[in-house]
Amino acid sequence: MATIIDVPEEKILHVNNFEFTYAGSDVPNIKKLSMPIAKNCVTALIGPSGCGKTTLLRSFNRMHDLYPGNKYAGEVLFEGRNILDVKEDLITLRTKIGMIFQKPTAFPMSIFDNVAYGLRLQGMKNRSELNDRVEKSLKDAAIWNEVSTRLKQDANGLSGGQQQRLCIARAIAVEPEILLFDEPTSALDPISTQGIEILVSELKERVSIVIVTHNMQQAARVSDYTGFMYLGELIELGQTEELFVTPKEKLTEEYITGKFG
Amino acid sequence: MNYRQKRIAINNIVMTLSTISALIGLSFLFWILGVLIFNGIEALNIGIFINEGAPPGYENSGLKQALIGQLLIVMYATAAGVPLGVLAGTYLSEYSQGSKLAEIIRDISDIMMSAPSIVIGAFVYAIVVIPMGHFSGYAGAIALAIIMIPIILRTTDDMLQLVPSTLREAAFALGAPKYKVIIQVVYRGARAGVLTGILLGIARVAGETAPLLFTSFNDNFLNTDMNEAMASLTVTMYNYATSPYEDWQRLGWAAAFILSMFILSLNIIGRLFLLQKRGK
Ligand SMILES: Nc1ncnc2c1ncn2[C@@H]1O[C@H](COP(=O)(O)OP(=O)(O)O)[C@@H](O)[C@H]1O
Ligand SMILES: [Mg+2]
Repeated sequence: MATIIDVPEEKILHVNNFEFTYAGSDVPNIKKLSMPIAKNCVTALIGPSGCGKTTLLRSFNRMHDLYPGNKYAGEVLFEGRNILDVKEDLITLRTKIGMIFQKPTAFPMSIFDNVAYGLRLQGMKNRSELNDRVEKSLKDAAIWNEVSTRLKQDANGLSGGQQQRLCIARAIAVEPEILLFDEPTSALDPISTQGIEILVSELKERVSIVIVTHNMQQAARVSDYTGFMYLGELIELGQTEELFVTPKEKLTEEYITGKFG
Repeated sequence: MNYRQKRIAINNIVMTLSTISALIGLSFLFWILGVLIFNGIEALNIGIFINEGAPPGYENSGLKQALIGQLLIVMYATAAGVPLGVLAGTYLSEYSQGSKLAEIIRDISDIMMSAPSIVIGAFVYAIVVIPMGHFSGYAGAIALAIIMIPIILRTTDDMLQLVPSTLREAAFALGAPKYKVIIQVVYRGARAGVLTGILLGIARVAGETAPLLFTSFNDNFLNTDMNEAMASLTVTMYNYATSPYEDWQRLGWAAAFILSMFILSLNIIGRLFLLQKRGK
């Protein structure tokens, strides 16, 4: 049996008996999973490779719909509706639930155009308005000082850590409700990693964050709640400190003490 | 001989043989280029660009009709072939999602790329020239477009697939609709490669003679009506080079030289695009 705590905060997402099956898989890759995601908190997902962390995360912005044959079941409640509904408008949903990927995904265009991309999609054309929002987003992503003099230059000239912060600036520019991070530092050096972690802790003032990480120390450092997943199931969800110090489930304890994984 | 000596000996033999083979191949290439440049430059003069064709023995004969005909035919072929090829390649890479139809299209276009171009000429002769009742520049352009499409389709397909799928996902994750993801992110990422494919496709058809013999045929005088038979550098070159008249043969050399330089520059520009991209 799993131990899933309830959160005292308002819930931005509510996952109810969620199941997910990849095209071509006979059994669900995520099984009967329920959990709350607290508003303005960081929720970390940990667990051994292949346990379904990425799969769960990519369900929250319906990324799996890009490929045919994937099946969802159950509910993910957001703003009072089930976003797994076939009638859900994915374009609007994705502007409200943004995503940062494992490898930086700077578009082949200038630094400015990268950050303005989502804003322009939403129809913002006014130049001074765009300038303001781009500058603010770059400042909030702690990269403004490094790029303010070369906004017109190709974003691919930035280092990996800078590109990842650029992607964060691009994602927060459209002011989403939730940001999903999938191992955002696994391709970065320790200093860039620290920068991203500080950023995550700061951003939760404004957005709710779900972060997948294979690094338990990272989960312990940045998150308020931690969920431990194993073989497509959520074994335990608890306050981060409690989960790491006094895990309720034997599997959780074995994982965090390094007995497997 | 021990194992080490044997290995060195074999290495030396293979290296010598392959170097010699490469030199033989290269020497033929430079021989051809040398003869072409020597005869071509000798035959070049301003009159070639301002005079039309004339019977053998006339002083003021030129290639104006062939140069303009060639340009027109290749331009019309490009105008039809590039959008069709790029759009079809886009379908294969972005929309087909691994369907059977996509595999069939890829196989067929691979076959079409290696089909003898004279077969394409005969095909267009049968479906365009015969029903229309006469040769025409349009028929020539259609034949060249048919040759061009599979080349551009396959390079576009390949180049778009090289764009990492995480880049597409990142654009979708910002709420972009699919057509904007393709135009603003995927095309941008693959720009250099797709452009190179287009240039190589144009270069390839610009040197074709066989498909034009059946379709646009030839005209010794300037004609800009695509609905009529039309001269081209390749067919003119073929006619002049096989004629017994020395002044016509000289014009043939000039046509060969101009055409080769044109195709060579397209190839070089195409390769520069790719280099520039890799250098980044
Ligand atoms: N595109 C896919 N198609 C089919 N199965 C997949 C796909 N992606 C992941 N899986 C499977 O789903 C399970 C969970 O994978 P994933 O969510 O990537 O794990 P994690 O992120 O925790 O390492 C794994 O067993 C994996 O093999
Ligand atoms: Mg993963």
